[in-house]
Amino acid sequence: MTDGWLLARALRSPDSTRALDAAGWTDLLAIARAEQMIGTLAYRLEPVAKPPAVARILDDARASADHGRTLALWEAEAARRVLAPLGIRLVLLKGTAFVAADLMAGQGRSIGDLDILVPHASLDAVEAALLGAGWEWVKPDPYDDAYYRQWMHELPPLIHRDRDRMIDVHHTILPLTARITPDAAALLDGTIEVAPGLWTLSLADMIVHAAAHLFADGDLAGGMRNLWDVDRLCREFGEGQPDFYAAVCDRARHHGLLAQVERAFRLCARLYATPLTIDLARRRSDTLYLRRLTARDGWGRATRAVTRQAFYIRSHYLRMPPAMLARHLWTKWRKGGAGPSAG
Amino acid sequence: MRHAFSVRIGPVGFRVGSDWRAPIAQLADLYAGYPAPQDGVPDFTVRLFAARPWRRVVRPSVMIGGDYVLPEAAPLPLAQGLLAAEMGMNLQMALGQRRYLLLHASAVERDGRALLMTGQSGAGKSTLAALLSRRGWRLMGDEFALLDPATGLVHAFPRLVSLKNQAIGVVERAAPEARFGPLLAGTPKGDIRHLVPDAAAVAAMDRPARPALLLFPSFGFDPAERVVPPSEAFVRLTQASTNYVALGERGFDALTGLVQAIPARAIDYPDTDSAIAQVEAAWAAS
Repeated sequence: MTDGWLLARALRSPDSTRALDAAGWTDLLAIARAEQMIGTLAYRLEPVAKPPAVARILDDARASADHGRTLALWEAEAARRVLAPLGIRLVLLKGTAFVAADLMAGQGRSIGDLDILVPHASLDAVEAALLGAGWEWVKPDPYDDAYYRQWMHELPPLIHRDRDRMIDVHHTILPLTARITPDAAALLDGTIEVAPGLWTLSLADMIVHAAAHLFADGDLAGGMRNLWDVDRLCREFGEGQPDFYAAVCDRARHHGLLAQVERAFRLCARLYATPLTIDLARRRSDTLYLRRLTARDGWGRATRAVTRQAFYIRSHYLRMPPAMLARHLWTKWRKGGAGPSAG
Repeated sequence: MRHAFSVRIGPVGFRVGSDWRAPIAQLADLYAGYPAPQDGVPDFTVRLFAARPWRRVVRPSVMIGGDYVLPEAAPLPLAQGLLAAEMGMNLQMALGQRRYLLLHASAVERDGRALLMTGQSGAGKSTLAALLSRRGWRLMGDEFALLDPATGLVHAFPRLVSLKNQAIGVVERAAPEARFGPLLAGTPKGDIRHLVPDAAAVAAMDRPARPALLLFPSFGFDPAERVVPPSEAFVRLTQASTNYVALGERGFDALTGLVQAIPARAIDYPDTDSAIAQVEAAWAAS
């Protein structure tokens, strides 16, 4: 039965794709597209011999990812110019951070929104400056707007009216309703300047953020890509550094996210053979997580509906206490649209 | 998926999967003369599926999915499954094609030189391409012309020609011996019937052509003709391209190169006979 493991194997050992027939390649490309990893796959398979049709498709994917990288960096520059007069440094998160710092995790990565982190005290000033520079609200619904402001770790999403690109302005990395409260001030204190005026989280915090996003917030959508990010960060910075994993775990403990980071390490090792230098006992639940992460068929369709639904419900349970969740879902349902796709 | 069909149209391979047999059988019939995707690996996947399992049988309606999707596309009744497949393939091109600059234009070729015709829906670009293909022109495509930024050549994309409303009767009368798909009445775009490109168009589809003339036809006016300056042609083609922005600098270079290299004319026409004469005259003058 074809599933996300086909993609994981190809990423982990590119040479293994030599054994693929036409149907195998077709499935692999469809899964990679569905997981938004076709650009990553294209870079990863660059040195491997491929059928000409596959080479052509992956060449196009690489060119497309390169263009996406240019757009992401340009968007970051646009935000930098807005924040600079306020004396606020531009701290990039996720994909844009990886390409700004020229990390392996950024190679071929698809990048959608611009995610940035600012001090909570600066939110109002940042919001006003962005609105003054051409960004506009995406969600005009007053309930959604109030919900974001009261409970979320970010402003309601803004979109730029000319460039049609979204920006997510975070002030921490988990919703305020979650049971865990990471140390947002420490995140900002640890930032590093990777290019003039462009900052990222410290390496350990980047990994903590990826794990927090995956296991303490979301329903594991896009999980193969997020774990690939973690794997690449570990390989780029962990090689020859015996204390690397322990140091990341220390930092995770500080943020209250040790369990999530350990989970990320274990799943990375299973999916992508990440060379861990610490001993982490397997958990039975890891198998269930892997089942969800790889729930994709050769047509690119989401599969394993029951597992998906279970993780979707779990994500809401993690995000807020039960009574609040009930109230939230009731309001969303009356407005017509709660469900795995509506979020 | 339960039913599947693969085909190559010009340089682009597709795989269409479906919960129902009927759309796949129609595709297999109408695309019978076409080759399989290169190396057996399609560029794009299209999925035709039921929104809920029971909707496969009860009031079956076809959702369009694939590698690239529009978030809020409306489903079509199963009787229009062929249209759903064609829309799905167009959608993959519109959203996912990165090798060629897509021009929403029909294209025909003579003596190795290509005539491109672009315009709003209803301008007559499909009809004119179909009619010209009966008069010694090679049909390259009625929907997308694929401009290669690396060479400046246009590649053929001769999918089924989508004829709408009055154009159906016009082409049926002009080409009684041609093969047509079923009449799809009452679609969101009106009545639609697909014309199968002739064997010569399919046989020659791997042969690109050098663009020679760009026309902007408009149906329903007194005959008139004017020169379109490169600046206007450029702006109108950026609007007629689904991936101009996504190609970035390559797209800009390809498009500025095109409008500077070939003449462009706007043609108003009251009926197809007049249009054919105007096109031939513009071609002779180019």
